[in-house]
Amino acid sequence: MALLETTHRDFANVSKIIGRHGKGQQELVPILQEVQAEYRYLPEEILSHISTAMGIPPATVYGVATFYAQFSLEPKGKYVIRVCDGTACHVRHSMPIYEAIRKKTGLRGKRITSADGLFTVETVACVGACGLAPVITINDEVYAQMTPEAAEMIIDALMNREVNPVETH
Amino acid sequence: MAMEPVVTIDGISVRIEGERNLLELVRKAGIDLPTFCYHSELSVYGACRMCVVEVDRMGVVSSCTVPPQPGMVVRTNTEKLMEIRRTILELLLARHDRECTTCTKNGGCRLQSLAQRLGVRDIRFGGGDAKRPLDRSTAGIVRDPNKCILCGDCVRVCGEVQGIGILDFAFRGANAAVMPAFNRELREVDCVQCGQCVSVCPTAALTIKDDTSRVWKALGNPKMKVIAQVAPAVRVALGEEFGHAPGWADTGKVVAALKRLGFDMVLDTAFTADLTVVEETAEFVGRLVSGDRSRLPQFTSCCPAWVKYVEQRHPEFLPNLSTCRSPQQMFGSLVRNTPVLGEAEDGTDVFVVSIMPCTAKKSEAAREEFSRDGRPDVDVVLTTHELAMMIRQVGIDFDQLPSEPFDLPLGMATGAGMIFGNTGGVAEAVLRAAASLLAPADAEGHRHEAARLAFEEVRGMDGVREASVELGGVTIRLAVAHSLGAASAVLEAIAEGKAEYDLVEVMSCPGGCIGGAGQPVPSHIEVRKKRAKALYGIDKMQMLRRAHDNPFVTALYDRLLGEAGSEKAHELLHTHHVHAGKAGSACN
Ligand code: SF4
Ligand code: SF4
Ligand code: FES
Repeated sequence: MALLETTHRDFANVSKIIGRHGKGQQELVPILQEVQAEYRYLPEEILSHISTAMGIPPATVYGVATFYAQFSLEPKGKYVIRVCDGTACHVRHSMPIYEAIRKKTGLRGKRITSADGLFTVETVACVGACGLAPVITINDEVYAQMTPEAAEMIIDALMNREVNPVETH
Repeated sequence: MAMEPVVTIDGISVRIEGERNLLELVRKAGIDLPTFCYHSELSVYGACRMCVVEVDRMGVVSSCTVPPQPGMVVRTNTEKLMEIRRTILELLLARHDRECTTCTKNGGCRLQSLAQRLGVRDIRFGGGDAKRPLDRSTAGIVRDPNKCILCGDCVRVCGEVQGIGILDFAFRGANAAVMPAFNRELREVDCVQCGQCVSVCPTAALTIKDDTSRVWKALGNPKMKVIAQVAPAVRVALGEEFGHAPGWADTGKVVAALKRLGFDMVLDTAFTADLTVVEETAEFVGRLVSGDRSRLPQFTSCCPAWVKYVEQRHPEFLPNLSTCRSPQQMFGSLVRNTPVLGEAEDGTDVFVVSIMPCTAKKSEAAREEFSRDGRPDVDVVLTTHELAMMIRQVGIDFDQLPSEPFDLPLGMATGAGMIFGNTGGVAEAVLRAAASLLAPADAEGHRHEAARLAFEEVRGMDGVREASVELGGVTIRLAVAHSLGAASAVLEAIAEGKAEYDLVEVMSCPGGCIGGAGQPVPSHIEVRKKRAKALYGIDKMQMLRRAHDNPFVTALYDRLLGEAGSEKAHELLHTHHVHAGKAGSACN
């Protein structure tokens, strides 16, 4: 997947991020956040690079990266879909929406990212839009008052866009 | 009027005398409060909460995190506290693999013994975690994540004492676990196999790889001549496995036990330690008088965890390492490849077993460069602890064993070889030998040995000890470091030009090999001090205390090796150190 490959150029980017923050151990979380924003996940080689560059043992960097739910060590899809499962959404049947999306994107078992690298599907505790429940977010854009059918339609639209790309920007 | 520095513990007044926390004070009062995550030599973690006490006006606190204050009223044994401790144990046990009868730690596990002591009879919580795979990837250590109770002792010893940080917590909540980076196997990370994490693990999450069955098999093979070499540190610790107080030398009993187990010959690694001293001193004095400082300071090379550390982390210092093999490997090489045990021996029928205080020695013996045609020079390395297991397995009563002598010639050693087990011991042994080499010669060319034998300045338990010793008009600047954290400080000082030395001794374990991970536990500072004293005691009793005075060492040079540093000596007793990244390519 060319999309998710890392190269030496990437290390240069990471070094820049570290350069901006400095090497104190307290900078590790902000650095990981920026790196994740850039790559959509935390690749192993990059975590190792951060460890060497900051002089923090790799086991510690790995420990921090796995402690926080916001970090992902798996490549994320181009579209990250989060289904809210906070109390408000849950009582308004968010789980059938989640199941429908997983089915639509072909996810089984423990997999959260589709084989084509397009979709990552997760649940999230509460996005703070309870009045619009049930909601999902796709790359941080909120879709309100969802139903399984509506969610499937949105995914269809995204899949189509990938097959017949339209210039959007 | 200032308040008396006294705390009331279960109704008894206990004086505060520098204790850093209530736990220490409670223990001083003769109450053995249970703990998992407290080690006096590590930072305070305060996570397991086994050490809870009730303090008036404070309520229930973990005693390891609270400094004692005059006037405190403390209770350690209320029903509430007992219930808290039992519940913690139940919670730990709920997620724990409870196959105690087949566990390597059975009888030596703190979780098991506390469950017994506190009377846990029922586990109210469900477990049901899927079994995680064991890591058996290294020669010295087995990691079983199913037995981990997350006390973090290993994390702190590897990070704080060794300065390496191979292990750390990962994930969180119910998935939290201690593991190397990316959940890799220990073989795939920079673990040096020192085993200090094993020493502090209260359960069987980290254990010594058990190699006893391979030894039993060899002992049962009538065609094998099974030979033991015993490291110096073993003789001052084995007795602890049988309930003896630390600090006694049981050399004769160790030999007798091995004979009863069926070993054909029992020999002394201190003999090849003497040989190491002769070779290493010649190498050192050679580097010193050459005027070329590129390979100075010379670093000792007898600790394989240290050698691995330099290979992996500081390849720039590889030229500084002495090229001498460790005493264990010199022994293996001599026995396998030369007729030292009698002309008729065929090296391949000899099965060489080392008894070592050390897990890293298992990895050392498995290194490619110490094998010939696929057969390692040392077949099996057993730790002190495994030897004790074998003795117990056959029911030998250690206390009733007589004292028996080592076999000759490789069972004869001087005091210099004996102190190899102590931090500072190698440096001192080299100084004794260098004193003779550097002594001024008279008109006929005879060197008069310096009378000096004891070099107190390199002894002791400070992490790094520096000394400047004058021998025959030459000043030798030394640094002695134990634990890799201390060693890394020395390397840093050298690299930054803040310190200049001629000789640097490093042993990876606190206290040196007497504090190795193969030794009985507990192995804390007080125990280590006693073992060290016992080794110095043996040294003092020896008629011969300089390595080169060992008549069998001299004979070995006369008959086989020529002189120290000869080509033959290099072939048999030295090695090359290569950058870890290139390991395997430079050695044949
Ligand atoms: S054996 Fe030593 S280096 Fe390896 S994990 Fe344990 S303490 Fe760390
Ligand atoms: S100090 Fe001794 S016991 Fe510890 S790793 Fe080194 S050789 Fe082994
Ligand atoms: S020993 Fe005090 S909390 Fe673990």
